[in-house]
Amino acid sequence: MNSTLVLGAVAVWLMLWGTNEYLVRLKPQSAAMARAIGLLVPALFGVAILVLWEGITRGFGVPTILLPPPSMIWARLTASLPLLWADFRQTFLKSVLIGWALGCGLGFIVAILIDRSTFLQKGLLPLGNFVSALPVVGVAPIMVMWFGFDWPSKAAVVVIMTFFPMLVNTVAGLAASGQMERDLMRTYASNYWQTLFKLRLPMAAPFIFNALKINSTLALIGAIVAEFFGTPIVGMGFRISTEVGRADVDMVWAEIAIAALAGSAFYAGIALIERAITFWHPSIRSAGWT
Amino acid sequence: MQGLRDGKTLPVLIVLLALVVIWYLGAVWLNTPWQLDTYQRKSVSDWTATQFVTDTLNQNRPVLPAPHQVAAEMWKTIVETAPNSKRSLLYHAWITLSSTLLGFVMGTGLGIGLAVAILNNKAIDRSLMPWIIASQTIPILAIAPMIIVVLNAVGLSGLIPKALISTYLSFFPVVVGMVKGLRSPEAMQLDLMHTYNASTAQTFFKLRWPSALPYLFASMKVAVAIALVGAIVGELPTGAVAGLGARLLSGSYYGQTVQIWSALFTASAVAAGLVLLVGLAERLTLRRMGART
Amino acid sequence: MKQTTVPAIAAEKLGLTFATNDGPVAALSDVDLTISPGEFVSFIGPSGCGKTTLLRVIADLERPTAGTIAVNGMSPEAARRKRAYGYVFQAPALFPWRTVARNVALPLEIESMGRAEIAARVKRTLDMVELGGFEQKFPWQLSGGMQQRVSIARALAFDAQLLLMDEPFGALDEIVRDRLNAQLLDLWRQTQMTIAFVTHSIPEAVYLSTKIIVMSPRPGRVTDVIESTLPLERPLDIRETPEFLKIAHRVREGLRAGHSYEV
Repeated sequence: MNSTLVLGAVAVWLMLWGTNEYLVRLKPQSAAMARAIGLLVPALFGVAILVLWEGITRGFGVPTILLPPPSMIWARLTASLPLLWADFRQTFLKSVLIGWALGCGLGFIVAILIDRSTFLQKGLLPLGNFVSALPVVGVAPIMVMWFGFDWPSKAAVVVIMTFFPMLVNTVAGLAASGQMERDLMRTYASNYWQTLFKLRLPMAAPFIFNALKINSTLALIGAIVAEFFGTPIVGMGFRISTEVGRADVDMVWAEIAIAALAGSAFYAGIALIERAITFWHPSIRSAGWT
Repeated sequence: MQGLRDGKTLPVLIVLLALVVIWYLGAVWLNTPWQLDTYQRKSVSDWTATQFVTDTLNQNRPVLPAPHQVAAEMWKTIVETAPNSKRSLLYHAWITLSSTLLGFVMGTGLGIGLAVAILNNKAIDRSLMPWIIASQTIPILAIAPMIIVVLNAVGLSGLIPKALISTYLSFFPVVVGMVKGLRSPEAMQLDLMHTYNASTAQTFFKLRWPSALPYLFASMKVAVAIALVGAIVGELPTGAVAGLGARLLSGSYYGQTVQIWSALFTASAVAAGLVLLVGLAERLTLRRMGART
Repeated sequence: MKQTTVPAIAAEKLGLTFATNDGPVAALSDVDLTISPGEFVSFIGPSGCGKTTLLRVIADLERPTAGTIAVNGMSPEAARRKRAYGYVFQAPALFPWRTVARNVALPLEIESMGRAEIAARVKRTLDMVELGGFEQKFPWQLSGGMQQRVSIARALAFDAQLLLMDEPFGALDEIVRDRLNAQLLDLWRQTQMTIAFVTHSIPEAVYLSTKIIVMSPRPGRVTDVIESTLPLERPLDIRETPEFLKIAHRVREGLRAGHSYEV
């Protein structure tokens, strides 16, 4: 056991923790300062975790199969960029993005189609809420049977996973317009489509973006897990399951790091667009974080 | 009862009926190519439409099994097979359910504990919460195979690794929901407790905890569903021996479509049952607290 | 002398019964009403007296179950399709994703008016409510009183001759309310519109109107029609003159006669 490493890591951890305890008790003078502290505290925490992780794994000689040190993962990551890029392209760019776009698009269109029929809404919405509790990734083998091994079957899984949250949220959003606003449009002799585009869709935007964000995470999970059920020799899920079988754990961690980055970037991208479009919503106006 | 009052039962039933009809039609359509092939190979030339349709709905390895085929398989493997046999769906369902339940209970407990810590320590709050919220955008389920294999390497196998995956997955919604719930009392209510000189613990048990219960139940519904998914995915890496995920995987390896579908339906039934149970607990608890359900 | 002009609003034996879970509720019963163009008419009464329902029937937001009603000589639906009136709700009902200018432009966009014409009208109506210069602000950047003024500007945008207002100042504090009352009167004198104004404030009704219609609940009906004797030019302190108080007293008597003060 390398005691210097362990003690050093713990010391850094305690120091950073102390810094955080100090920072949260400060009363910042300006909004910019407050935001800076808001970013600094979790960032320092993240750094502290990394340092502690590195110190403990190297210091105690933890077997790398159990938990590799971050430096090792980083080394493996930078050494395998072409492979990681190929996996990323297969899983994220093809299965995730295409499946997400199709699933959300279909959910949106169906919501508009059933907008005029309360009967269909009453029938489909409980179903939608029910389906969201089910282990939908289980349809992956069935999709492989229908669409083959390659990315279309994974995209199909993503479409099924993202369809219902989008449907449920869009319908809820379309119902969100107040009675007063709808009466207002009626006094303008506005027809169905004018009311839809000028009132109900803008009012539904916060709900729709909520679904888009939820679906971004579901899409990534769906695509990766669907690949556990069988895929051609490329893809993030494929890489994870095969490298796990070969006990090549730092490659698995490298893939997970890429997946984490992809997931957060995707989510953040949607959140940025949301901020631009629903700038008027109280939750965005008084915004802090998410 | 509520559904009948809302007038929701009829539309749902009709939509379900429509789905079953579409399913049958889809089965006929998707199984037709293989059926035509079979007739050709067996040199059957004098077949009627009715016979054709019946045959497409009763194939051994259909592209899309008909509803009655799935129902028959489920009946066979649940009711007609002994529960301790390795071919019983009940056996497999129990394997998956046990790790789900264990993981869910541990995840909920940990989640509530961390939420209380976040509530009371500002440093933990400001350092940890952003990471917890950010982690909801990360596909944590992707780690499942690794956790299984790694823990197997140190000698932990079977129930515990899967339960740990379920714990990890169900922990996040509970933390986020509980933090929101424990912080939900209005300023006026907190001021009131302050005028009573209530201690932090008293404010917690008499105000914060009751206010947080609706949020807790909502997140538990999400948590139990995702714990089940975690348990299923956790069964995939180890060469698929037992559990519903294992049945799904072996069904796909051996082309046993009906087995896949019946495993999927059983898993869905388990998920629905769990969420219903949480919902029932929610209604009972909240009704005792005077909430309008 | 017989009137040769078409009345702005003419109702005869108007009735509206709602079917509710607790049995039928007569929101309006046997209402006879004639409002000439250019009048400022207030409807006053407690909740449940049918004043808002009456306004909504005029606006074709509700259908009567008995009697007849004509707006500008045609059915309420025809009047609505011809955009014969502007409606101001109890809350501003502005769209938060549109600037003030685009909010006022909303009815004109629906009418498919040209862009230059829309811009001209928006400027004119915002000047009329003294909010010129606020075109690019968003509703949540304005106070409650200012938001309600935008809502009024929007109702004036297509130059309708009839303005229907449902307790538009109810959510505002008294000082803001006084100012807006004075502004509304100025506007009315400027445009010579017909205004139907629902309120449950007696001073407001007496201050603003040329005719006051007192209503009572259970069933919703008209108890008294009072022609105001106040002059057209009304500074705010006319509210302390004996003539004002006499009219207010008569309104109160009408309310009492309709059992409005009993629980």
